[in-house]
This record gives sequence, structure tokens and C-alpha cells, in this order.
Amino acid sequence: MNPVNYLYLAALLFSIGATGVLIRRNAIVVFMCVELMLNACNLAFVAFSRLHGNLDGQIIAFFTMVVAAAEVVVGLAIIVSLFRSRHSASVDDASLMKL
Amino acid sequence: MENLIALLIAAPLLGAAVLLCGGRALDRTGHLLGTLLSLASFAFGLVLFTDMLGKDAEERALHQHLFSWIPVEGFQADVAFQLDQLSMTFVLLISGVGTLIHIYSIGYMEHDERRRRFFGYLNLFLAAMLLLVLADNYLLLYVGWEGVGLASYLLIGFWQHKPSAATAAKKAFLVNRVGDMGLSIAIMLMFTTFGTFAFGPVLEATGDTGEGKLTAIALMLLLAACGKSAQVPLQSWLGDAMEGPTPVSALIHAATMVTAGVYLIVRSGAIFNAAPDAQLVVTIVGAVTLLFGAIVGCAKDDIKKALAGSTMSQIGYMVLAAGLGPIGYVFAIMHLVTHGFFKAGLFLGAGSVMHGMNDEVDMRRYGGLRKYMPVTFVTFGLGYLAIIGFPGLSGFFSKDKIIEAAFAKGGTEGWILGSVALLGAAITAFYMTRVMLMTFFGEERWRKQAAIASGAGEDYQEPHPHESPKSMTIPMIILAFGSVFAGGFFSIGDRFLHWLEPVTAHEHGHPPISAGAVTGATVAVLVLGVAAAWLMYGRRPVPAVAPRGSLLTRAARRDLLQDDFNHVVLVRGGEHLTRSLVYLDHSLVDGAVNGTAASVGGLSGRLRRLQNGYVRSYAVSMFGGAALIVAATLLMRAV
Amino acid sequence: MSTLAAATTSTGEAVQFWILGTVAVLGALCTILMRRAVHSALCLAGTMIILAVFYLANGAYFLGIVQIVVYTGAIMMLFLFVVMLIGVSAADSLKETIKGQRWLAALCGIGFGVLLIAGIGNASLTEFSGLTRANSGGNVEGLATLIFTKYVFAFEITGALLITAAVGAMVLTHRERTERAKTQRELSEQRIRDGVHLPPLPAPGVYARHNAVDIAGLLPDGSPSELTVNKTLRARGQIRDVSSEALNDLKALEQRSTERLERPTSEEASK
Repeated sequence: MNPVNYLYLAALLFSIGATGVLIRRNAIVVFMCVELMLNACNLAFVAFSRLHGNLDGQIIAFFTMVVAAAEVVVGLAIIVSLFRSRHSASVDDASLMKL
Repeated sequence: MENLIALLIAAPLLGAAVLLCGGRALDRTGHLLGTLLSLASFAFGLVLFTDMLGKDAEERALHQHLFSWIPVEGFQADVAFQLDQLSMTFVLLISGVGTLIHIYSIGYMEHDERRRRFFGYLNLFLAAMLLLVLADNYLLLYVGWEGVGLASYLLIGFWQHKPSAATAAKKAFLVNRVGDMGLSIAIMLMFTTFGTFAFGPVLEATGDTGEGKLTAIALMLLLAACGKSAQVPLQSWLGDAMEGPTPVSALIHAATMVTAGVYLIVRSGAIFNAAPDAQLVVTIVGAVTLLFGAIVGCAKDDIKKALAGSTMSQIGYMVLAAGLGPIGYVFAIMHLVTHGFFKAGLFLGAGSVMHGMNDEVDMRRYGGLRKYMPVTFVTFGLGYLAIIGFPGLSGFFSKDKIIEAAFAKGGTEGWILGSVALLGAAITAFYMTRVMLMTFFGEERWRKQAAIASGAGEDYQEPHPHESPKSMTIPMIILAFGSVFAGGFFSIGDRFLHWLEPVTAHEHGHPPISAGAVTGATVAVLVLGVAAAWLMYGRRPVPAVAPRGSLLTRAARRDLLQDDFNHVVLVRGGEHLTRSLVYLDHSLVDGAVNGTAASVGGLSGRLRRLQNGYVRSYAVSMFGGAALIVAATLLMRAV
Repeated sequence: MSTLAAATTSTGEAVQFWILGTVAVLGALCTILMRRAVHSALCLAGTMIILAVFYLANGAYFLGIVQIVVYTGAIMMLFLFVVMLIGVSAADSLKETIKGQRWLAALCGIGFGVLLIAGIGNASLTEFSGLTRANSGGNVEGLATLIFTKYVFAFEITGALLITAAVGAMVLTHRERTERAKTQRELSEQRIRDGVHLPPLPAPGVYARHNAVDIAGLLPDGSPSELTVNKTLRARGQIRDVSSEALNDLKALEQRSTERLERPTSEEASK
């Protein structure tokens, strides 16, 4: 097996995650899908690290994880406060960006 | 000496400013101040005139540059004056007759509580008119032209409490505006053609310019002249302008302002000389107006309107003469000056009659007045003899020369124009005799019995005809002197011709028939006209109620249907035009604009649906965009 | 380790890839298709663990462990925590409300995936250098060397980012009390002044046979009273329905059992 299959897998997972972001209404699930996309990217980075034979890809994946953690903290805080004010975690309820 | 030129204008302008801004404090002395300043202007004019006489003919023109008005690169408008023989003639006429009429007005307007304002307007008129004739470029002339129009508007509508006066003022203003448009277009054309509008350069440059352009300029100038001088087709305002006080009619609508058009044509002579087609149009306009005014004058029972018709007709003579070119210019101006005397005298006489007749203007309620107002009768009679061209009086010399020049035009045109001028002379004799007979001779139709029989109400106040005060009769006497002697003074030895020749140029016309024959014909038609009038109005008593009259008479009473014509052709036509324009505006312009707006609105309404506020929809477009970018990147790599 | 530097992997890794890869894709699909958020979270956690295994297989030993500890252990648990907070049993409706959204999403997803895969396929990545040399001093040591030398600024900045995120989360969720909390005495006084509901609120389910806190007590006419259920549950919509049909079913069951046991009905017993 060619290790490039890891990249194919990453592309597949990324697309699934992106589709999930688009079709789910529950903000938490949308958020999980974002995490799935990030993870897919991480997998690609790790695979590239192996491809190039250096650790820079893993470093980037590491930073991605840190940023993802920060993002999750803030995002979940937003969801919680959203839920408090609207009693709902649906992203469609917050359709205030129109007249 | 040059510095006096500005003073000519400044004196009456100062008077206008003081009288109009001064307020009631000047109510008791204002008229004297106005008269004094007008007299001052005349005095300055006389000083300049004597100075001018002392010089050689070729060096008489004076120039004064006051200041640069609009100094722009390539567009130089100066406030500068030019005083040559032509301007000098006008200055003396305007300030002289103007001063006489100021004096006359002191008596005539004595009981009007707005007399101060009246004198202010008169001074304003003098200033504007002097500016018009003294300007050394067309733009400044235009300023004076408009100022004259303004003063005319204010004076016609002076008794603005009368709706007829207010309407007449508005009418005069609007009709004049058409002519003003012509002048402004002419000035613009001049600027594009010559790059300047100073008289000197423009008139010198006519030789090297295409005839088409010159004809256009000349026709526009003619339009302007028609407006100001009440020539066909812009004649309709003059009759109504008689709503103004009689001194105004005498000063503005007989002696001075209406001659501005003639001045414009003579001043622009070089342009007209180079555009024979335009000259032909000028002569046609003059000939038509000449007959038009004369016919209207025959039918009017209102003494002032009859005189207004006569004015129109006499100015027709002048325009005709001006249209003849160098053979006529001098005679046009000469007739203008003599006409200034006798027409002012006639109007002042008419005013004097009205003054003694409770402001009655209907000549059918006059009659036999010669016993009651002898001075008026004599001065009016002398004016009458002058205007019909009685041999030896002013009108005889000037009119005879014009008729002669018309014949001298040559060819068929010459014969037609000459015959029209002769016919006009006959009609002039007829209607002026009619006025004379109806006013001063015959039965006393103003007696209460006769008036009630002719349809006046029971409350008819029988007038007590009396001679006017000295302040009114003295100007009339002076003007009568002018009416009698001016023509002879000018003509004998061709004094006036030599005086004006350096400015207007002159050629001796060669009429196909001898000068003596023309003079004979003139006298003959004069006798015919007087005889016809005597047969109709002298031998038989004048009916107190106007008979129905022939079709022509009835039409002439309605000013030969000029207002009906204007109404049908211009007002209705304008209404239809605007209506169709409004329709076009609504359907086409608004349709296009609204259609665009509606389609944009509809499109936006559809586009707005993309903005549904759902985060996920925006996410789809974002993701789709990302996909497109990836696709583009791959595509570029593949290529 | 030598297998890391080749065009092909070992058979063991291939088998592992195909089995776990399939599971990972299934987990990802379940994540986006499960109706309940808690199920999605569990599926995602599974996918993440498999990814951790793949990291290990690719020589990223440190990342593999961090993936399990931080992602699966901390982040996913945070997710679950929030899911619990806002209603664990609430199931999402999968019915689409925005017209065409699902089709567009599918189109975009598939299109993007196809593009990515085509891109990777075009890149002709056949030769893998392998991490043998990079990991020769130990994977963690290698990463540490890079982080504290080449990427030290990025490292510091992400540290700042983490602190900021923590503060931000606190700011977002913290609510400052703007007025003094009412004492019990004040509350009771207010209740009497308002005069809407004087006695204490009824307990849930006390009028019915159930006594769970999420079941509304029945009023004498058999209709459920929302008042009896805790406000939070009401807000989450987590009240269990005791409909009249269910009550009737119960009554019928009781009737049948009574008949079978030949016991007198409760009505008769009360007489």
C-alpha cells in the first residue's frame, strides 16, 4: 500500500466534515464537524511529515491541535451563552443577518 | 471729455437709486430731483455735443474704458463706452425728450401718491437707455437692453392695482423676452464667430466671414429688434402697453425705447450689409409692420391705442429704411429723431386731453375740444401735420426720403416697397386725420346727454374740459417746435446726412422715378388720405357708438387678430407641445428610468433571497468558493 | 522503522489502514448523520482514536498520544459536557428547512472531495522519505528541538492564544449579578403580593402513578400541568409526555389484571 492513501483518507474525512457543517443545524454537531475537518488536516500533515522525512508537518499538526483547543473553548462558551439567551442550539435560529 | 460719458449714465442712475431707496422722506421733492438729474444728463450731452462739433468728422468718436467687467482668458468683457455721432444723436434725443417728459410728468402725476417711485423708474429707464446707446460692445448693450425692458415692465405696470395694467406689463415683458433671446443668441454667435463682441472688431471682421453665419447673426439681431421695436411678429405688446401712464407711453413706447431696435440694426449695419438675405427680411418686416400698424390705427377708438398703432407703423418705416442698407440708414435715424419729437408731442397732447377729460380715452366721447384746450389743440395739430408729412414739416422730409430710398432699392422689390411705403403714408394721413377730427372737431359728444345716449351709465360724470397746467403745456410747445422745424433743419443742406455719414456710411440711391415725382406722389396720397378721413369723419357727425364696420375694421379693432393668432398658434401649440412632451416624459423617460429601477429592484429582490440570514447558507457559498479556488488552482497547474 | 521510508508500506500497516480507515470513515459519516448530539460525539471520539492510531503508524508518536489525551480525553469530553448541559436527550430533526441546502451541501462536499483527491492523485507522490532519520534522536526530542528553536515564536504566540481563549470563554459564560439575590422571605412576600400562586408549586407526578421529575403531574381532569415540572427541564423541552392514551392503556391494563386476579377494583375497595 502506498502511504499516499492516508492523504486520500484525509481528503475524504475533510469533505465529510465540511458536508456535516453544511447540513447540521445543531451548533454542537456543527462544531464537531469542524473538529473532524481539523483532524483530517492533521492526518494530512502527519502523512506529509512522513513524505518529506522531517518533523515540520508534525509541528504544524501540533499547533493545529492547540489552536483547535482554544477554538473549542471559545466556541463552546459561545454555544452555552447562545443557549442561555435563546433556549436553543440551532444555528438557524440565529438568522438575524437579514432585514 | 471722455470722462463725461460715464456721467451721462451716472446722473439718472443716481437719481433712480436715491428715489427708489430713499423712502418717503423724498416724496415731496423726489420728482424735482429726478427731473434735475435728467436735465443734468441732457446738459452733459450738450457739452459733449458742442465739443464734438468742434472736431473733424472723422475724429468725433470718443471712447471711455471704465473697468474690466469679466476679464477671463479669451473672454474679455469690458464696461466701456463709445460716443460717436450715432450715439450722440440718441443721447440728445433720449435725454432731451426724457427731460421734457420728466417736466410734463410733474404736472401729470401730481395727484399720484407714488409719484416719487414713478420718477425713480423714469430715471432708471433713462440710465438703461443711455447705457444701451453708449455701450461699445454688444454685451454691455445687452445690459442696457435688459434694463430698458425692466424699466418698461415697471412703468407699464405702474398702476398695478389695475389687472389690465399688470397683465399688459407681463405681456410686454414676455414678448420682449423672445426678442432678448434673439439678442443673446446673436451675441453668442458673435463670440463663437469673431471671438469678441466689441463693436469695432466685430463690425470690421464682417468682411472675412461667411455669409451664412452673418445671416444667422443678422436674423437673430432682427428678432431682438422686433421684440423691442414692436415689429411683426412680436408687435402684440405695444398696444397693451398703453395701460401705463401717458408720459410713459410718450417717452418709452413712442420716442425712445421702441427705437432701440432701429438703433441695433443701424449700429450693426456692417453685419446686415454683408447679409443681403437678412436685409431683405428686415425690409419685409418693416413693410408688413408699417401696414399692420397703420390699419390697426385706423380702427381704434381709444386715442392712445390709435397712436400706438401709428407708432408701430412709423417704426415700420424706420426698420424698412434700415433694411435698405447704406441708402437708408441715415433716413431711418432721421425719421427716428423727427418721430421722437412729433410722436412724443402727440402722446403728450393725448395725455393733456385725457387730463382734462377725466381720463376718458374713447375718442367717441370727445369732440369739439379745440375751444377748451387751445394750446393742446395747436401743439397736437402741429404734431399731426408733421406725422402725416405735411410739406415743410419734420415728417415730410424724413418720410419722403424713406419712400424715395425704398424706390431706390431697385427692381421689383423697390417698386413693391415704395408702393407699400406710399400706401402707408396715405393710411397715416387717414387715421391721423380721423384722430384729429374725432378729438378736436365735430359735436361735443362728451356732454352728458350724448354720452348716455351712446350707452354710458346714469352715473356718467360730465367732464369739464380745461387746458393743462404750464408744466405740461411747455414741453408740448417745445416738442411742437421740434415737430415743425427739425426735419427742415436736418434736411436742408443735408446736415444730418453729413453728421451721420462717418458712422453709418451712406450711398445715394437712384430711384427709378425722379425725386420730384416721389415727392409729388407722397403729397398726392397725403391729400387723398386726408380727404377720405374728412369725408367719413368731418362732413358727417361721428356716431357715438362704433358702427359694426367691415370685416377688416372689426379685425383691426382686435389688432388684426394678433392675440388670437398668438393664442391659437403659440399658446395652444405650446400646450399641445408640452402635453406631448409630458406624455413622452411619462411614458418614455420615466418608463425607462422606472423600468430600470423596477428591474434592478426585482433583481435585487431575487438576489436578496440569497441573503436569507442562515449561517449555513453562507457557509455553502464559502465552501463552494473554496472549491472553485481549488479547482482554479488545479486547472492552472494542469495547464 | 525502515518501512517508513519506502514507496509501499508493510502488509500489516496496509491491513490496519484498510480496516481502521473504513471504520474512521463510517465514524465520520455517523457523526454527521446521527440525530442525537451525544451519539455524534461518541462516533467522533471513535474516529479520533483511529486517527491517533494512524499518527502512531506514521511515526508521529507524540502526536498520537496527544491526540488521545487532548482530543479524545479533553476536547471530546468538553463537548459531551456541553451536550449534557443543553439537553442530552434532545434529538435533532434531520428534516431540512432551507430549500436546496442539502443538495448544495452534497454537491459542494462531493465536488470538493473529488477535487482534493484528483489533486493528490495528480501530485505523483510515490517516494516517501520516511522519518527514520528525523526520529533517530527520538520523536519527542526532535519535536521539542524544533518547537523551542525554529518555531519558538509560534509556540509562544499559541500559548498566548490559549490564555486568551480561556479568558474569553470565562467572559462569555460568566454573568455578573447586577442586583442582590432575593431572600426566601422576600420571595414568599412577593408571591403573596402577586397573588398568582400562593401555595408551593406542586410536585411532579404526584397526581399520577409516576413520580419521575420529568413527568408532569396530572390535574383532576387528566391534563398534564406544566407547573409541576422543573423550570430547566421545561426550557429544554425534556418533559416526558403522559398523554391520555397512555393513561387509558394503564387503566385497561389495571382492569385486565384485576379481572384475572379476581380482586375487587379500587372503586369497590374504597366503598
